[in-house]
Amino acid sequence: MCLGVIFAMGGDGMMNRREFVTLATSAAVLGPVSDARQSWGQFSPGEVRPAGASTIPEGDLIQPEALNAMLHGAGGEKPVMLQVGSRVFFAQAHIPGSQYAGPGSQEPGIALLESAVKPLAKTKPIVLYCGCCPWSRCPNVGPAYRRMKELGFTRVKVMYSAGNFGDDWVNKGYATEHG
Amino acid sequence: MMCGPLAAGADPNALLHKGAPAFARTDFQGRHVNLKAMRGHVVLLSFWATWCAPCQIEMAKFAEWRTEYGELGFEVIAVSMDDEDAAARAFVAKMKLGFPVTMGDAKLGKLYGGVLGLPLTFLIDREGRVAAVFKGEADLTSMESALKKLLNEPVRYSRY
Repeated sequence: MCLGVIFAMGGDGMMNRREFVTLATSAAVLGPVSDARQSWGQFSPGEVRPAGASTIPEGDLIQPEALNAMLHGAGGEKPVMLQVGSRVFFAQAHIPGSQYAGPGSQEPGIALLESAVKPLAKTKPIVLYCGCCPWSRCPNVGPAYRRMKELGFTRVKVMYSAGNFGDDWVNKGYATEHG
Repeated sequence: MMCGPLAAGADPNALLHKGAPAFARTDFQGRHVNLKAMRGHVVLLSFWATWCAPCQIEMAKFAEWRTEYGELGFEVIAVSMDDEDAAARAFVAKMKLGFPVTMGDAKLGKLYGGVLGLPLTFLIDREGRVAAVFKGEADLTSMESALKKLLNEPVRYSRY
């Protein structure tokens, strides 16, 4: 069972892809995920209504390299960075200047996200990220993005992390903080 | 806040063929778990979390392997990277896994090269060296083959 995403990048590095191909998504993949999600409901009190990462529109995804360029580029309004995954992961490594506001899959995490963005203008550029798991398995970014849209934020992007934050950001040599 | 790369390779793969970092924790049953004390056994060290769907599938499989290969000197240690222990304890109580499960943290994660994605599994040979690293959703057939190979390897004098 495998799930892969192939896409072609636009010149600006955003997900304005010409071609999008999803490989080998099968009921056998979705079945175990569904079963596991069902079992999560038993073991994860306060779990929010699930929303897969695939529910995030392609136009609101940003590649790590594009995000890194944006954060270090001269000029332009820098986005507010919010990590909506694991606090333990955040403590190990996170994008400098980002704030922990998760986990997106849990009610307390959504409450933390709401608290973090409450002072912000609805037009403030914001980037959510997680990187806990392969993209198709992430339980956090989908619900977090959904909540942001429900709250009326209009410039929300989500960093696409194909595998995990370690491989997709840290091991590419992009700046990190820990603590 | 400190800037810069993670310590010790910033990648779990950097531990391959090196001595598995020592650690000791108390598991959910209150038992002392010490990796070094398992020298002489093949150890599967699993970093997991209750929010990780593939992890839950793997944990059930690891329990099967522990039952099947335990008499050959196979041990499993599962380290939960959940932010809080309540969900992990509930999962373990329900699953009856048969191996120690303990809570991890950022310190242990950094010790193992940075646990920044799950699942993450290390196979540690009888001499305490990391023999294989499985990042993300692993091919469990391949993992089991690697495990069986380690179980069949003779014990040599340990330098660790």
